[in-house]
Amino acid sequence: MAGKTFVEKIFGAKKGSIVFKRPDIVLSHDNTASIRKTFAKMGGTKIKYNNQPLIVLDHNAPPTNAKLSNDYQAIRDFVKEQGIKRFHDVGSGICHQIMSYHAKPGMVIVGSDSHTCTAGAFNTFAAGIDRTETAGIWKNGETWFRVPETLKIVLHGALKKPVAAKDLALWIVGMIGSSGANYMSVEYHGEETLSVSERMTLANLASEMGAKNAVFPPDEVLEQYLGERIENGVWADEDAEYSRIIEINLGDIFPVVAAPHHVDNVKGISEVAGTKVQEALIGTCTNGRLDDLRIAAEILKGKKVPEGFQLLVAPASKKIYLQTAIEGTLETLMDAGGNILSPSCGPCLGTGQGIPADGYNVISTANRNFLGRMGNKNANIYLASPATVATSALYGEITDPREEKGKEVFPYKKEQSKTVEIKEGDDRRINGVWNYSI
Amino acid sequence: MFAGNLTYNINSSEPEKIIPYLFKGFDDSFSERVQRGDVIVAGENFGCGSSREHPSVGLSYAGVKALVVKSVSRIFFRSAINQGLPIIVLPEAVDAYKPGDKVVVNFENGIVEIGTNRFDFAPLPKKLMEIIETKGLVNWIKEH
Repeated sequence: MAGKTFVEKIFGAKKGSIVFKRPDIVLSHDNTASIRKTFAKMGGTKIKYNNQPLIVLDHNAPPTNAKLSNDYQAIRDFVKEQGIKRFHDVGSGICHQIMSYHAKPGMVIVGSDSHTCTAGAFNTFAAGIDRTETAGIWKNGETWFRVPETLKIVLHGALKKPVAAKDLALWIVGMIGSSGANYMSVEYHGEETLSVSERMTLANLASEMGAKNAVFPPDEVLEQYLGERIENGVWADEDAEYSRIIEINLGDIFPVVAAPHHVDNVKGISEVAGTKVQEALIGTCTNGRLDDLRIAAEILKGKKVPEGFQLLVAPASKKIYLQTAIEGTLETLMDAGGNILSPSCGPCLGTGQGIPADGYNVISTANRNFLGRMGNKNANIYLASPATVATSALYGEITDPREEKGKEVFPYKKEQSKTVEIKEGDDRRINGVWNYSI
Repeated sequence: MFAGNLTYNINSSEPEKIIPYLFKGFDDSFSERVQRGDVIVAGENFGCGSSREHPSVGLSYAGVKALVVKSVSRIFFRSAINQGLPIIVLPEAVDAYKPGDKVVVNFENGIVEIGTNRFDFAPLPKKLMEIIETKGLVNWIKEH
């Protein structure tokens, strides 16, 4: 009999089966305001297990208009009324970073955010769900899971600095496409050289491969990070069955970017070098951690970004903000022309401060570059590592962070998701069928 | 399917406000012309994007009976079922579809008829079919 994958073990069922389970953590953020209403519609009054929710105010923190402020206050009242302990108010940080205080190996975590998968770095099963489901779990305590097929990614060797985990993550997205791991669990093996922060970056980008979750093993690196022995770690058997296995030599990876307007539109840095940029964002749940900010500061130390250039820095949590303030990292970034935002999602999803102007090219450490993502359809977004973003900010154009600039071209022809375009007057409804297939 | 910048201006608990924006910027005539019982045929990774549930709330409220797709994003699959909007993943059926073909979906027996062709799909587990039949998780949970 074949062995089991991580997800087959944690759900105790074979791939393809549907099981009902009670999650250990149920994450929600600003959308708690809306979930609360659905919960009430379901006839919910008291949350069944009030130790299940984790609520973080981050997407519009601090709120930029009265409606949002009222939503935030309604959430605070609700948290109090329900006796929810795991609540993090404005200024605490981004929910996926806050998750690092709560996630423990072997947990089942769900969240009403597509990047909930970030918590897979802590050897948990972590997946995004919708708001209605979250309301359902508040009421019933459980939900259904389809045990997914698994994509195994085996890493060999180590990254050649300044090549970063972000380059590797974008590399994989570009290699397999935005639906390359559609509805699958992604298991990372051979991870020993990657820190927990780097694993979070990789797990974070799993949703841009279409994956349900991504997971790293309960190894020594994680044990050291947690500062305690791992008791309930779960890992795949040697002889588990996989849908696909990908082997990657980390030494082969070079700096890449995701060019507008798809995350899987990956190009080697040399293919876009010289492109003028007017704004840079260092932060987000993908790359707003201590190591990311330090890398950026090292590059910008004693230098200045061009006049008029918009350099935005949003530390992923208050803890990171404080640490970088104390050690001087923020001072370095501010001296270089950086503007430090509150620990929050910032302009990543187009609602916080820092929306780009028309015609801007933005280089960002975030995870999404869809048209209009940052709040302006007339701006372009390039995604890259903190080193590439900082170097590009310094020169006002996309720049290779390596001393010796490379000429490499990204080796995979993208299996890019096709976009259906409908022209004016094009009638797609015939016989009660809407045809969006071509 | 639903513009991101409107997400926090219109809550997903307000379906009637979502409808005018369904597929805006993609197929502008959809929201005015969609009728109860309509079927949508679409390609790869349908619903790709965020965990916002506005699209499935809106499509279900507009009376869309089913979606037949080549593949679907996971979060959208879940959210659609939870809104009582069944998604059938059948790439061969989508390939066989020609504009003008009638599409008939029989959920009980797991059959999709496209013009004169028939395609089988595995019916969903009973508990999930109940969720769809009661028009979504909200109603189902109310009843259980």
